[in-house]
Amino acid sequence: MINWTTLGIFIALFLLVTVIGFVASRWRRGDMQELNEWGLGGRRFGTTITWFLLGGDLYTAYTFIAVPAAVFAAGAYGFFAVPYTIIVYPLVFVVMPRLWAVSKKHGYITTADFVKGRFDSRWLALAVSATGILATMPYIALQLVGMQTIIGALGITGTTTLTKDLPLIIAFIILAVYTYSSGLRAPALIALVKDLLIYIAVIAIIIVVPLNLGGFGAMFKAVPAAKLTLSAPLVNQYWTLALGSALALFLYPHSITGVLSSKSGNVVKRNAALLPAYSMVLALLALIGFMAIADKIAPTKTVVNGFHVMTANDVVPALIMKNFDPWFVGVAFAAIAIGALVPAAVMSIAASNTFTRNIYKEFFRPNASNREESEVAKVVSLFVKAGALAFIFFVPVQNALDFQLLGGIWVLQTLPPVILGLYTRWFHRWGLLIGWAAGMVGSSYLVSYATNAANSKGLINALTITHSQFSMIDPAVPFKAYIGVVGLLLNLVVTVVFSLIFNALRVSNGKDATVTADYADTGEESAVAISSTLVQPAEE
Amino acid sequence: MATQPTGGRARQLWLLLLVPAVIVPLIVPIYNSVNPELAGIPFFYWFQFLWIIVSSVLIGIVYFAVRDRQTPTSK
Repeated sequence: MINWTTLGIFIALFLLVTVIGFVASRWRRGDMQELNEWGLGGRRFGTTITWFLLGGDLYTAYTFIAVPAAVFAAGAYGFFAVPYTIIVYPLVFVVMPRLWAVSKKHGYITTADFVKGRFDSRWLALAVSATGILATMPYIALQLVGMQTIIGALGITGTTTLTKDLPLIIAFIILAVYTYSSGLRAPALIALVKDLLIYIAVIAIIIVVPLNLGGFGAMFKAVPAAKLTLSAPLVNQYWTLALGSALALFLYPHSITGVLSSKSGNVVKRNAALLPAYSMVLALLALIGFMAIADKIAPTKTVVNGFHVMTANDVVPALIMKNFDPWFVGVAFAAIAIGALVPAAVMSIAASNTFTRNIYKEFFRPNASNREESEVAKVVSLFVKAGALAFIFFVPVQNALDFQLLGGIWVLQTLPPVILGLYTRWFHRWGLLIGWAAGMVGSSYLVSYATNAANSKGLINALTITHSQFSMIDPAVPFKAYIGVVGLLLNLVVTVVFSLIFNALRVSNGKDATVTADYADTGEESAVAISSTLVQPAEE
Repeated sequence: MATQPTGGRARQLWLLLLVPAVIVPLIVPIYNSVNPELAGIPFFYWFQFLWIIVSSVLIGIVYFAVRDRQTPTSK
């Protein structure tokens, strides 16, 4: 059932925000011929823009739909997103200024660029860029699921085979058209408007709903005691999920873009101190899961204004519809949909840029013109989104959150060359490559194993595993952990062993293009601003 | 993990302040309980909210400390 007030407000806001960005991106065209400069804007961004860019990496459908859904379904367990966002910023503070400094010095714009320069290995760089692209797909899938949920809640759906998938099809088309035509500049330009809309929606929800429920205390009283804290076996999953997610976040191509586009290492640090404001809101949003429990919303039973709640994902829109007037539902839904659309666009552009720069140009067309690069990037961004769609249809996840965890599992395997590589060159390039392969194969195997074994258990269980089932450890030790962390450990062990072997055999470890001083974060600001605006991959 | 020569020892010592910000949230048994409640909110939740603030303050302190100490070594 469609509420026309809600739908009208939704479409109006949605168009307003996207058109603003679109017009703005046309307004100063001509600055954007170089694909090399596409996302870094000449490394000129100060604290404010960087804050929005980096914050946008967290403020996605993950925050609005997936985390509340996880808390709704699994209680305290789903709250792991909070320690995740607590520990990510100190890590950013320490590590990222080094990456910024060396990238500035050598003109790197992707992590694969750095790895190639540092370890003199195009194959290791290929592994890093291919993993980044692969890992981005399920993360985009999560955004598509978020948009799908909202479009479904708007009532644009049906029960026949064709109309059942209508919300997902619409979500995909909007994302594809938006990215293809506006490039990266629009998302950056509308970041401020977008976040304003999001803040309004978030603040209203976290004030009004608890008031309706009789306060936070009453809300927690309504939650079954078993959901309020972690049972013993979940403790290790909880912290490994937090740690793994935190280590993964800034390995994704789109997050690196946000870091490298800032104008100094100091800006990165300042943001690490300011971004926890986002964590606070994420934690409050996570509690929406409990609000939905207290408000007696139940999948397959609850129907709000004709919207039939089917899965845990649906509880957020249902809660909003139950507690707000139709016009505000439109505002909140627009905020969530745009909050999924814009990061998804940034993700797919960052991934396709990595492809163009580190795979296409490196291995196929070294002499490709800027224009050819742009065209390739545009087409590849469509493939990346199609890949995301394939994940939705073919990967049997229990919960939207699983998509983000799946991406994390893969992208974590690039940590040794990218992050440890910032500190040491002791590891051998071939050792790193074999370690990466072991991590990828090992963790993918565990994923398929866990997915089959955990099948009906639901939720995040699908992507964590009981070690005792995986005969490495005594079956009597029930140590459950996030597969990403298990895979990373395997990766590190294999990397170290093979590095020892290759170093002992004196196998050539290539030539390091960087020197120690390159990593020093001097606090110096970027001297030149090459182009004054964000550049999009393809515009005539 | 050693930081680079910039800023020297003093700078590295300041970074130690970040250790509790990262480690404490990972030691789940510290906060995995309902009591003590705060205004009806279980310990598990208000502790983690509190730690968002603590870790933000710690990063802030380190930022100002490190920023002042790194200028002399700039090239």
